[in-house]
Amino acid sequence: MEKNIIIDIKNLKKSFGDQKVLDGVTLQLHEKENLVVLGKSGSGKSVLIKCIVSLLKHDEGSIQVGDNELTNIKEEDLIEVRKKIGFLFQGAALYDSMTVRENLTFALSRLNEDFSKEEVTTKIEEALANVSMPESIDKMPSELSGGMKKRIGLARTLVVNPKIILYDEPTTGLDPITSDEISNLINDTKNKFNNSSIIITHDIKCVQTVADRIIMIKDGKVYKEGTLEEFSKDSDPYIKSFFK
Amino acid sequence: MPTKLNKKLTDYNSFIIEMKEFFVTFFINVANVVDYLKNITRNLFTNKLEFQEFLKQCYQIGNKSVGLISITGIIIGLVLTIQSRPPLVEFGAVAMLPGMVAVSLIREMGPVITALICAGKIGSSMGAELGSMRVTEQIDAMEVSNTNPVNFLIIPRVLAATVMIPILTLYADAIGIFGSWLGVNIKDDVSLQLFITQAFKSVEFIDIIPAIIKSFFFGAVIGLVGCYKGFNAGRGTESVGIAANSAVVTASLLLIIVDLIAVQITDLL
Repeated sequence: MEKNIIIDIKNLKKSFGDQKVLDGVTLQLHEKENLVVLGKSGSGKSVLIKCIVSLLKHDEGSIQVGDNELTNIKEEDLIEVRKKIGFLFQGAALYDSMTVRENLTFALSRLNEDFSKEEVTTKIEEALANVSMPESIDKMPSELSGGMKKRIGLARTLVVNPKIILYDEPTTGLDPITSDEISNLINDTKNKFNNSSIIITHDIKCVQTVADRIIMIKDGKVYKEGTLEEFSKDSDPYIKSFFK
Repeated sequence: MPTKLNKKLTDYNSFIIEMKEFFVTFFINVANVVDYLKNITRNLFTNKLEFQEFLKQCYQIGNKSVGLISITGIIIGLVLTIQSRPPLVEFGAVAMLPGMVAVSLIREMGPVITALICAGKIGSSMGAELGSMRVTEQIDAMEVSNTNPVNFLIIPRVLAATVMIPILTLYADAIGIFGSWLGVNIKDDVSLQLFITQAFKSVEFIDIIPAIIKSFFFGAVIGLVGCYKGFNAGRGTESVGIAANSAVVTASLLLIIVDLIAVQITDLL
């Protein structure tokens, strides 16, 4: 049975000055799916997911998130779209001047102001337990390692209970053991919360752990789309260079 | 000869290209600044003020600068007194010393010195903090959390600087006058009460009000420039340093220009 499409991107184009970064990308994210977007550095992967949350405005094409089309979206509709989407940034992007508790409270209160203090505390503790970091609640980001920051970043994403999570290079800069832990955490999150994810990466070990489907981007265009098995068996030298 | 002519033509062409690039960059920067100011003005009147953040920034600005301003204020008062005393003694006008120091501190030295110190201390810190937030994608994270970064980061900082600089200026004036009293007491023996009475005999309303008004503008300039440079920092880590440095240099230059305009306007009154 065909799964529901929850993000539908058609012919997406984005340039910075004369440099074309996305040149007609078309892709769909299905319900309860981990979609890996693979490509070498500078291929436009991060730009793609930043367009999905309107951090960057696309030049041409369309992005449909649920019932909302992002081209010329009104501010109040964009708020609703952003409530559905969680974003784990490459360096976790925790607010330096706030403790872990304040980081999570900030995310929660900004997206939903109706929670009582007790509810906020419970949700924060749950989110930290989900990433196995309950003891870090009163720590400052500067006291955390790279892997811990990623986990707290994921907790900050999970605390708002998003339907879609966008991961921007979740394992970059981490040691192999922590990378595996984060990859497993991505899978656990999907299994526990039934959300859909787009994972931007060039870490093949992470791809092998999390991917339900893979899209490879080259020169701003979709180069190949398929399953991990299809990619592994492909004889194309460019694809092989990733999977060797 | 033709080689010389060719060289001249090449130099002329590269000069034209450089000038063109300079003007294009200049007008792009002007457009960015106009857009930034428009964005702040719109957010200031359409969104609720982040009051907690505003109070936090007021505390930080006051707390960060008060020590430095105390030391500088006392030294300025002392130096002004020590340097002005000999000529006044020569003309038999030493009784005018407290008034003269008070007027120069309140009208010019207090506001300008305070603003320049704050440009260095607060402007650079705003530039570095926001620049670092930009580089580490914290500003993007804020936007994804449905928080308007202009409303949350820039407006509280600009307002806090606008409110706190006049307060710090008044404090610097008071400390400067105290320093001047210490300076007078190196050679003479004058009570603090008498010194203050003599000082304020020469100070008029017209000396205090324009100085306070211009220090509001100084505060706004420091906040606006510091936040602009930080918020528009590039993506690399070196941009943080550039943003902090550029915030200090630009704010200091603008402060002097604003002061010049303020003096011209005060002169007309």
